[in-house]
Amino acid sequence: MSFASECNSLALVELSSFAQTATLADVEAALARSEASGKRVMLADFAALISPVASQPAYLEAMARRSHDLTVKHFGRVMRFFAPLYLSNECINVCKYCGFSRDNPILRVTLTVDQVVTEARYLREQGFRHILLVAGEHPHFVSDNYLRDCVARLHPEWPSISLEVGPLEIEQYVPIVQAGGEGLVVYQETYDRGVYDAMHVSGPKRDFSWRLETAERAYAAGFKRLGIGALLGLAPWRNEAIALAAHAKYLLKKCWMAQLTISAPRLRPAAGEFEPLVNMSDRELVQFVCALRIAFPEVGLVLSTRESAKLRDHLIPLGITMMSAGSHTEPGGYTGQGKEKLHVTKGGRMVKPELTTIQSEGEHATVQFQIADERSPAEVAARLQQLKYEPVWKDWEGALNEA
Amino acid sequence: MTDKPQKLRIANRDFNSRLILGTGKFASGEIMASALEASGAELVTVALRRADLSGQGDKFANILTFIDAKKYVLLPNTSGARNAEEACRLARLGREATGSAWLKLEIHPDPRYLLPDGVETLKAAEILVKEGFTVLPYINADPVLAKRLEDAGCATVMPLGSPIGSARGIETRASIEIIIEQATVPVVVDAGLGAPSHAAEAMEMGADAVLVNTAIAVASDPERMAEAFKSAVMAGRAAYEIGLAVKRKEADATSPLTGFLNEP
Repeated sequence: MSFASECNSLALVELSSFAQTATLADVEAALARSEASGKRVMLADFAALISPVASQPAYLEAMARRSHDLTVKHFGRVMRFFAPLYLSNECINVCKYCGFSRDNPILRVTLTVDQVVTEARYLREQGFRHILLVAGEHPHFVSDNYLRDCVARLHPEWPSISLEVGPLEIEQYVPIVQAGGEGLVVYQETYDRGVYDAMHVSGPKRDFSWRLETAERAYAAGFKRLGIGALLGLAPWRNEAIALAAHAKYLLKKCWMAQLTISAPRLRPAAGEFEPLVNMSDRELVQFVCALRIAFPEVGLVLSTRESAKLRDHLIPLGITMMSAGSHTEPGGYTGQGKEKLHVTKGGRMVKPELTTIQSEGEHATVQFQIADERSPAEVAARLQQLKYEPVWKDWEGALNEA
Repeated sequence: MTDKPQKLRIANRDFNSRLILGTGKFASGEIMASALEASGAELVTVALRRADLSGQGDKFANILTFIDAKKYVLLPNTSGARNAEEACRLARLGREATGSAWLKLEIHPDPRYLLPDGVETLKAAEILVKEGFTVLPYINADPVLAKRLEDAGCATVMPLGSPIGSARGIETRASIEIIIEQATVPVVVDAGLGAPSHAAEAMEMGADAVLVNTAIAVASDPERMAEAFKSAVMAGRAAYEIGLAVKRKEADATSPLTGFLNEP
């Protein structure tokens, strides 16, 4: 049974309500269980750890200590680096919160495979050996064959290649895996079906269950690394956290050979001027990260440049195991590739370049969202060393990704 | 027993130290190097996935530059491989890049507990031994698998005490005792040794060596913790060589049943 069907029988509503009403005794019991068993806290314990009472300073500090200890024990004093590389910002979906939404009249482009290689070489020079290929959902511009070609060309130079692209069928994933793809990332955005329907106005992304089952299809196709997450700012975060934890628990059993990673991205300003429907404070984000670590000691926790340098530095010892740095969220952002093909779309149709608003040579494709930590990869690496962490650029080998 | 400490012999090579170190999880290459030095280890394992296998001196994957090739025998490992095929591929690349034909064969398909797959490990060992590798396989404490790997020509067997990084000590004691009793190759207790006392316990049991990584790498002072493990391994080994006292319940047992034989 897939998670999409199984989650209906889970007591997610009850757990979400417990996440609001848990008492200090529940929080203490959850922490005690974590200490005693070393791991394997239950979903109810996780709910107690993300409850409002657990965010009191003394309890949050105890959670942070536990989270730190578990992270160091399982991952060591190391931080794995990766870089996102945007292939395309074309998209056929209309999603209210996303800069790439089909109806946004933004500058768009899809890089050719050669241009992707050029962008990737720049990232290689910065030190990166793990890359995440990102694209909007567009079966024509971002086809499965195109993705396979990108992966095949990058594979000889990249020990680890992951993708964050529109969901595909198992048969479409298989050639990408065979070309050297190691990981697949897909965020559910929101696990609340009502909010999901309201946010995803049109396009294939409207299908909640199809998206929810993506990680399972990716695993069936042979991907070794699965990334899941919720976009925080759409539905109450505690509800998202419960559903995300249940999803993670399911995947750990069902997709037992995959390395699972979880992300907790908070909404950032983007084209379309969408305002978050709910807010999540820094304190709550810290609480969420610590609770995830305590519930899932061996799962990778990912932190992008969406968060500020200051907050990122403080989150490093609290459970994060993978970081990006110096990121661009637009295709061609690193070396200006694809500029000659920049165009504006109107209602999803390409407008001829001469009719567009492209003003100057310096114009770039539009970003998916604004980043907050603008430090270079070298600066972030140096900061990690100051904090007594080893920045690990290479922690995989391409030979492990050959079919 | 002998007066002098016995040397550890693996594949026709003698080692004074019976402590093998892992190199993951350290806060920096420098800290790792100082811990290696303090541990007195002569055999050091490195994950090939962390190393530069391109032969181009990649400064962003420079873990090997912190391990003095004159001082240590390099034991590359296949961590990350999920089956025999991947492990063999990685092993060959590793031999080419590092020049070391020694190999710690690790195949753990489950990334959570990193427990070894015995079936795939045996398959890979049979292939790699034939290709001239000196194979040291990481296994669950399975006495039959240990014998099968020995028959396949492995240089040691490396049963786990408890899951990697768990610091739970020797939870597989009964099986490791059988492995030690039956082995004709050195037995290295690998994984889960969280305290020097765990290492000493393994040595007292008659293990030929132990492999330690997490307990040293994530200690607040890795260099001193390395020294602590070094002492514990030496103490445990000395006790084993000398022969431990047999535990008795009574201080001075008399012989109520056979004492009459001594009567005039």
